[in-house]
Amino acid sequence: MNVVLRLAWRNLWRHSRRTWLTIGAMVFSNTLLVFMISLQFGMYGLMIDNTLQVFSGHMQIQAPGYKDDQKMRQVVPDVQPLAARLRSELDSETIAARGWAFGLASSEERSYGIGIYGVEPTFESRVSNIPGLIKEGRYLEQNDAMEIVIGTMLARNLRINVGDELTILGSGLDGSFAAAVVVVAGIFDSGVREIDRNIAEMPLGTFQDVFYMNGAGHQVVLLAPDLDQAEALQTRVATMLSANDALVVQGWDELQPGVKQAIQADMSSAFFMYGILVILVAFSVLNTQLMSVLERTHEFGIVMALGLKPGRLGRLVMLETTMMGFIGLLLGAIAGALFTTWFTVNGFSYPGMEEMVAKFNLPGRVYPRATLVTMFAGPLVVFLCTLAAAIYPALRLRRLHPVEAMRTN
Amino acid sequence: MTAVRCIDLCKTYRQGDQDIKALDHLSVDIEKGEFVCLMSPSGGGKTTLLNAIGGLDIPDSGEVWIAGERIDQMSKGQLADLRLANIGFVFQAYNLIPVLTAQENVEFVMQIQGVPAAERHDKSFAILQEVGLKGLETRRPAEMSGGQQQRVAVARAIVSRPELVLADEPTANLDSKTSAELMELFTELNEHHNTTFVIATHDRRVQAYAKRLVRMLDGRIVDDIEQHAA
Ligand SMILES: Nc1ncnc2c1ncn2[C@@H]1O[C@H](COP(=O)(O)OP(=O)(O)O)[C@@H](O)[C@H]1O
Ligand SMILES: [Mg+2]
Repeated sequence: MNVVLRLAWRNLWRHSRRTWLTIGAMVFSNTLLVFMISLQFGMYGLMIDNTLQVFSGHMQIQAPGYKDDQKMRQVVPDVQPLAARLRSELDSETIAARGWAFGLASSEERSYGIGIYGVEPTFESRVSNIPGLIKEGRYLEQNDAMEIVIGTMLARNLRINVGDELTILGSGLDGSFAAAVVVVAGIFDSGVREIDRNIAEMPLGTFQDVFYMNGAGHQVVLLAPDLDQAEALQTRVATMLSANDALVVQGWDELQPGVKQAIQADMSSAFFMYGILVILVAFSVLNTQLMSVLERTHEFGIVMALGLKPGRLGRLVMLETTMMGFIGLLLGAIAGALFTTWFTVNGFSYPGMEEMVAKFNLPGRVYPRATLVTMFAGPLVVFLCTLAAAIYPALRLRRLHPVEAMRTN
Repeated sequence: MTAVRCIDLCKTYRQGDQDIKALDHLSVDIEKGEFVCLMSPSGGGKTTLLNAIGGLDIPDSGEVWIAGERIDQMSKGQLADLRLANIGFVFQAYNLIPVLTAQENVEFVMQIQGVPAAERHDKSFAILQEVGLKGLETRRPAEMSGGQQQRVAVARAIVSRPELVLADEPTANLDSKTSAELMELFTELNEHHNTTFVIATHDRRVQAYAKRLVRMLDGRIVDDIEQHAA
């Protein structure tokens, strides 16, 4: 084996306790980083699921202008056949068609302006949590029944109960006057204020009749098996649609920009913390390598007198650091992976969390998402910072004067 | 051919408020193949002169020429290359790398020189045998006596057959038997390979081996005589 490599390796173990302490700091921070980052991404997944699975889905097919200018006339024509076609072509059941209209909902006592959605009773439960969050009564069943489900807050505001009648007033697709009387079949509690106060769902068939939709709707909602596959699915759907130029696929980040912003804000504060952790480790490495260089001044003087250039001496120190950092990287990633995997299987929970997520009809534990990125991103940054920290001790060697160095003991 | 030429070298050190002339307008020529002993009491300037010849230290004034090349104006890197290629150094003591074995210490310099691994191994093995350390190849410096360590250092200095060997008090830590063996080895290399030797010492036993004796005092040469080997 290469003598320089051997030299670097043995130099590392001259003060094995010191080396292990430094490696220990790396392993500790790497384990922590792997776990924290995995947990963080698990949380984001949950946050996204929380929001998206309630109603908006991972993506929606819409008319191009609908998202920014939600108007009745921005329609998806033949929305139910389109949804059916996608279900069979993508071999997926988690696709459902919807229509949307603004309307005035009036009980005997009060009136409120609300968003009325026409949904496919059979498929809506596969793209949205709302059907599973019915608190009273039942969810919609028949596609042409004259019934409606509303949120708890709206029910309270309208002073209305299951079985009561509700009058819907609005304007149809052609601008004509639309009106209907429907029966409240159920009341849902999604835990999301805006939804519970402002939204009602009725069967899509009924909706299309009442609002003269002529078979059209406003969105096809799609849910991917999980968030990781959402992007690929979106690309696939987009290519399937390209023949029909009048429609676009909006991703979850466009449908729910608030979620993305919340994640970004959380990320920057988390990464600030990680940064501090990494800097602390880097300083411990700097300290170790500086000490190890200083105590070898005499020896370095000798090898320079023999004809070793300061640059190569610097590389020797960098090589030692690389070895040390690599051990830290490897052990840290392994420890982090084991630690994290345990929680990936068993989930991670803290007090108060269970109730919170139960409200959203979701499991009460966060499952860290262990991916290659979460496993190695942290340790790799620690490794690079470790190398950066060794640059200063290595560069100091350039100022070493062999005669003076040999004089020190 | 002149192996070493020093012209009017001066080097002054400041100690407190005192100027010490370690080299005082010193000039000397050493031909290829010579075996020179630098003698002086401690503080006479021997180490300073060897360092100047080896390009480890730059004199304040004067010129140093090695094998026809002027070296006192070379860069640090050029000097390092010069030492690596042409000069073998033996220092007073404690000059091995503690974490490497005897053989690895010898190989280390060759590795820096870019000698292939197999050749490195064979040469280091052979030279250790030559300096009488057969069987101790895998010992670390701490596991060897002072004399054995010094012989490893000598092996390292001569393994690449440098043109010039500079030795600074090489026998200072050796008993008389070991120093005699070491001097015989030097003599043999000098005779068989025409290697130039410049040895600084105040050891009277060493001086008997020298073909040329240069006596120094306060940075000047006070005596320069040819003598026949004993
Ligand atoms: N780095 C230095 N700083 C101050 N004085 C020095 C230094 N190096 C050598 N000297 C002085 O220069 C003189 C010559 O030293 P040196 O060349 O080491 O002599 P020798 O090797 O013959 O004992 C001595 O007086 C010594 O104290
Ligand atoms: Mg000396």
